[in-house]
Amino acid sequence: MPDIPLPADRVPSADHAPSADPVPSSRLSAEAITLSYDRAEIVRDLSVTVPDGGFTVIIGPNACGKSTLLRGLSRLLAPSCGRVVLDGQTIGSYPAKEVARRLGLLPQSAVAPDGITVADLVGRGRYPHQNLMRQWSDADETAVQHALEATGTADLAGRPVDALSGGQRQRVWVAMVLAQETDLLLLDEPTTFLDVAHQVELMELFAHLNAQGRTLVAVLHDLNHAARYATHIIAMRDGRIVAEGPPHEVITSERVHEVFGLENVVIPDPVTGGPLVVPLRGSVPSVGSAHRGARS
Amino acid sequence: MSSSRLGTLADVGYRRRIVRLGPLRVPVRRRSIVAGLVAVVALGVLGVLALGLGTYPLTPQQVVQVLFGGGDAMDRTVVIDWRLPRAVAGIAIGALLGIAGALFQTVTRNPLASPDILGLSHGAFTGMLLALVFVSGSWPVLTLGSLLGGFATAAVIWLLSARGGVQGFRLIVVGIGVSSILASLNTWMLLQIELETAMFASAWGTGSLNGVTAGPLAGALACALPFAVAAFLLVPRLRQLGLGDDMAASTGVRPGAVRAGALLIGVALVAAATTVAGPVAFVALAAPQIGRLVARTPHLSLLLSGLFGGLLLLGADLIAQHVLPTALPVGVVTVSVGGAYLVLMIILEIRRRA
Repeated sequence: MPDIPLPADRVPSADHAPSADPVPSSRLSAEAITLSYDRAEIVRDLSVTVPDGGFTVIIGPNACGKSTLLRGLSRLLAPSCGRVVLDGQTIGSYPAKEVARRLGLLPQSAVAPDGITVADLVGRGRYPHQNLMRQWSDADETAVQHALEATGTADLAGRPVDALSGGQRQRVWVAMVLAQETDLLLLDEPTTFLDVAHQVELMELFAHLNAQGRTLVAVLHDLNHAARYATHIIAMRDGRIVAEGPPHEVITSERVHEVFGLENVVIPDPVTGGPLVVPLRGSVPSVGSAHRGARS
Repeated sequence: MSSSRLGTLADVGYRRRIVRLGPLRVPVRRRSIVAGLVAVVALGVLGVLALGLGTYPLTPQQVVQVLFGGGDAMDRTVVIDWRLPRAVAGIAIGALLGIAGALFQTVTRNPLASPDILGLSHGAFTGMLLALVFVSGSWPVLTLGSLLGGFATAAVIWLLSARGGVQGFRLIVVGIGVSSILASLNTWMLLQIELETAMFASAWGTGSLNGVTAGPLAGALACALPFAVAAFLLVPRLRQLGLGDDMAASTGVRPGAVRAGALLIGVALVAAATTVAGPVAFVALAAPQIGRLVARTPHLSLLLSGLFGGLLLLGADLIAQHVLPTALPVGVVTVSVGGAYLVLMIILEIRRRA
């Protein structure tokens, strides 16, 4: 695996924005959005700007609204107030396929149909580029091939997805979203349920995709993965953004305690020099204590 | 595993062809093409049998002669006027039911959630009986009654199972309950109405092709045609829906709208089929799964579901007419086979969930 640069000081690129645009370049942002399920407000009055060309990671305790925010940003959940802006327009004002040509999402709930092969599944990512008459083209073929190669799954192309390991399967799903050929990729807990080696492998893949110029937004549970690979971190708690910025600003002992209620020390990562969170022993109050109960 | 090379993808796990027809470009699995051709040939064979068998038997050669414009006057009358409507009905009604079943099973992601199990056929028949008793026995009225009955039943099932979502096991249980209630309601109505009307109506009680005539059949098929076309236009979207609602939505499909559209089309197809043949069980349930097993596709193919649906109903009608000692309505055959199939599917479903 080649060295993946840690572009913590990377400035958002202006590649995609029209040159006349006066605001700092961001293709995707939320303006004072409120997101709710069944009238229960999960995220309230939240504004966020996704830096172009960055690898943004959203962290926070369970039920803090981070996945909900991702669903809002990807128009899967329409905000009850405020709006999500994609390339200068309210995201809901685009035709559904047009959004899908600009923004790809890997949700947690993706289902592989029984017996589908890898190449077939990755090909499903081409849907927004197809129509009733032209259901397959050379461009589709090339995009699928590139997506398979980029994720190291080209050898698996003819295999049924059911027969793959968890790590392989997740890479195939990433390939499907890549085949969509969008510069914006949103990933909802893409490493959950994988063993540590496969998690690192996938994080390296994401960092690589980011280094190639794609803008990534991922919801992650692992703080140290966020600290190592993200260029921009959004820390959430109770449906609000608590802190936002580059890893060395957001991943501090005080912040981690504030967001997760976890006693910890932050030391320099011996590999990268970035922040590394080390929990203190016995720091988490025992289950059912008043301290923890009051926060959940 | 060998595979035909195509473009840059050496191996996609199966053999496929890109069908090119003018501007049309559709990738098709070779196995699906073979399965489709086999089904078409089998339909031809069964069709010739159906046209030849009966109290005035004709050899397959005679039947083929008639179909190509030859044969004597008597042969022509027997084949074209007497037997052809019934054989066409077997194929076409079976195809409508197969397509409707595939639509329902796809959007609910449940192999048991077919319109016959959910009671939509019985509901359409209830609507037909009500139209017959309260309005008239003319075909447009019966068709309208059948459609309204189907949609009303769908609405009731939707409301009763809303909490579990259309993908839940609850939907199946509610559907089986509604189906039984409607079936007994239909029997009761048949007992209550005047003898003459009841004779007319009970011919369809369990699903039958006995009373099929060319006029009403053509009418029902003309009604069903736009819905069938619409179903095929939905195919790419239905395929995306198989990836889960979120994934479908993120590739540019609106899951709610596609699901509603597919169910609406499915109900209309079942209603059209019911006006001709009554509530025929099993075909909508089994045809899509048989097509999937034969062609080994990860999704339910509408085309194969239609072909195998036609094959099932035509075959069942041949058995009902000619194999059993007394001629029975085709519904009796499909119900018996369907019951066994349903029990098997439920056992498999429960095992899968346990």
